Amino acid sequence: MNFDLTEERQMLQDSLRRFLSDRYTTSVRNEILESEAGYSADIWGQLAELGVIGALFSEEDGGFGGAGFDISTVFEELGRAGVVEPLLDTALLGGGLIAALGDDSQKELVEEVIGGAVQLAFAHGEPTSRYETSRVETTATVEGAEIILKGQKAVVVNAEAADHLIVSARESGAVDATDGISLFLVPRDATGLSLRGYALLAGGRAAEVDLDGVRLPATARLGAAGGAYAAIADVLARAEVALAAETLGAMETATELTRQYLLTRTQFGRPIGTFQALQHRVAELLIELEQARSAVINAAGHLEGDARLRDLNIAAARNLIGRAGRLVAEDSIQMHGGIAMTQEYELAHIAKRIVMAEHRFGDADTQLERFLDLSAA
Amino acid sequence: MDLSYTAEEQAFRQEVRSFLEEKLPKEMSDAVREGRGLGKEGHDRWHAILNEQGWLAPNWPKEFGGCGWNAVQRHIFEEECCRAHAPRIVPFGLSMLAPVLQKFGSKEQQDYYLPKILNGEHWWCQGYSEPGAGSDLASLKTKAVREGDHYIVNGQKTWTTLGQYANWIFCLVRTDPDAKQQEGISFLLIDMDTPGIEVRPIILLDGTHEVNEVWFTDVKVPVENLVGEENKGWTYAKYLLTHERTNIAGVGFSQAGLETVKRLARSQMHKGRPLIENPYFAARVAQAEIDLMAMSTTNLRIISAAASGQAPGVESSMLKVKGTEIRQEINDLARRAAGVYAMPFASEAVEGGNEPPIGPEGTAPVAAQYFNNRKLSIFGGSNEIQKNIIAKVKMGGRA
Repeated sequence: MNFDLTEERQMLQDSLRRFLSDRYTTSVRNEILESEAGYSADIWGQLAELGVIGALFSEEDGGFGGAGFDISTVFEELGRAGVVEPLLDTALLGGGLIAALGDDSQKELVEEVIGGAVQLAFAHGEPTSRYETSRVETTATVEGAEIILKGQKAVVVNAEAADHLIVSARESGAVDATDGISLFLVPRDATGLSLRGYALLAGGRAAEVDLDGVRLPATARLGAAGGAYAAIADVLARAEVALAAETLGAMETATELTRQYLLTRTQFGRPIGTFQALQHRVAELLIELEQARSAVINAAGHLEGDARLRDLNIAAARNLIGRAGRLVAEDSIQMHGGIAMTQEYELAHIAKRIVMAEHRFGDADTQLERFLDLSAA
Repeated sequence: MDLSYTAEEQAFRQEVRSFLEEKLPKEMSDAVREGRGLGKEGHDRWHAILNEQGWLAPNWPKEFGGCGWNAVQRHIFEEECCRAHAPRIVPFGLSMLAPVLQKFGSKEQQDYYLPKILNGEHWWCQGYSEPGAGSDLASLKTKAVREGDHYIVNGQKTWTTLGQYANWIFCLVRTDPDAKQQEGISFLLIDMDTPGIEVRPIILLDGTHEVNEVWFTDVKVPVENLVGEENKGWTYAKYLLTHERTNIAGVGFSQAGLETVKRLARSQMHKGRPLIENPYFAARVAQAEIDLMAMSTTNLRIISAAASGQAPGVESSMLKVKGTEIRQEINDLARRAAGVYAMPFASEAVEGGNEPPIGPEGTAPVAAQYFNNRKLSIFGGSNEIQKNIIAKVKMGGRA
């Protein structure tokens, strides 16, 4: 057994942590949160330069990493610093899908993603699909050399900033069948595509996307007609490992802020950290953090293996982190008292990142249900 | 034992319900249900409607213009108001300051202030909390020094709820810096228009402007604005806090919240079925409901004892802890029910100009409410403090 990071990953972690602690300060982040764009192009360019985006892609796809532990290393640091930049959306989801299914000319976009020149969004979820990954009601109809998309996509993160949206649509099959789903590369300014954008509670931006007869050339399809589901499941697995690791990083920050606060905050004539009732609660958070770290290791370590085992470990990790994350976020706020409720204090943002992560790809209950289904299979 | 309400109590409930059906403006109950702010005008309007009915001050004795209702009637009124999504009555003047003035204020103070609380001329806010004090309220530092017929007040208050709307503030100030912590405190009434007062907004993590900092720089306050005796303010403060802790269980809020969860879960789909049919989600809702059913009865047991003259002891601390835990769990269930539509930032999602809210009906504000209601277990004496009180009384060596 060896739980140490490889030398390369250790270097990546060190340089990313240093960069973020120098550059991604609370005041910088608060400015980004308030901005129209919802992310910083400047920070994005520097992350690309640092090789952070490249670390999320395999050598074959033009990067220098791309394995489960590369993803978890990067995202734990992003989570630790409360980064809202859309690495999940542009790199893992968008870039990952093009890398998996694209032809040579489509794959040129991956190179641009790694270089930091392109933003992407994955328009997959729909108003009634909740967390179900195969429920796609948006339709794609072939008309001669053209494809016509009709439907609605819900809470598409990074849609406004994206140069291209990767849109899932059904070409055949029942509304929840895994077969029959295709992916299309849609320029954001395509006729018939409209966005209603808004800020997200935990930072960044998303949009409701309306596809009102968007006409695309047949070359906009990624991969074979109706055959995209396996690739979708693969990139979602990678995104879920990323999200679990990101939440772990945020949980570490929340716990550390709380530990420090209890040592300095005085009430009733002594630091409140000397009260045993609070000491025990910090101890509980620290125990849950170790559990969360192990769950992320399990999920990241199974990312390249058998799909059922991979999904079982991901569901386990996300259920555990959903539960532990809620505990860490709520207890950290509680032990800080009112100050943690204020928008400008670091913990408020971190706590929101932790809790709202549950709402992407399924909360703790949904992951529990998924774990049981996979266990029975 | 008889778990049912008496015929009179049921008739009273019906009377309240009819009033709400008739007089509560629909746009107001819609705003409350959708988690939108009412603004000062909205609060003033509802305040005036209740005052006209004579139902604005359920906890005041009749001699001061109150309803003279007993604890059970007040509970029924609150329950029906929550059920109808009526706005919360802003409590600072009516439920906090007024009982103090009625018990400890001078005749002049009672005659001057109480009618202005009822007619809405005075909007009060609370000047208790200070930065650095928190649940250790008696460690407050804002000081008032007597100079002739004025006090000169200097210091800072915080977490002043709706202070941006208030024109008066009741404050705890330190008038004897040399006395033991709780013995040098006085209770002052201060006109917010006095020079030297500055109100600064605090934006909460859900983006709302609900609380403020209030700064005092050489603020001149006439000595007749002192309530009771100098340096005896802690007694009045504690009396006020027992009133702050009425309706602490929040049963009505939890019942309304549970209805919201169920409504959302009926309309949200999960794998092609309504979420309410999903056993994992349904089980969590059921557990919250079971806890609420029991707490509702605990609450009634305590109310019933209070109505027959017994002073509540640690029970109010128990209700605070359990009541806030249940409300927070229900907020958590609502955000879960909203699924991905919990993610939009509510102030944009709900108030985005003339456009409809983002997502299916009712989903937009739930995550913001979840975060905002983290305050429930922090303010009014944190739940940790309540547990200390329970432990001190029950484990403090007394048999």
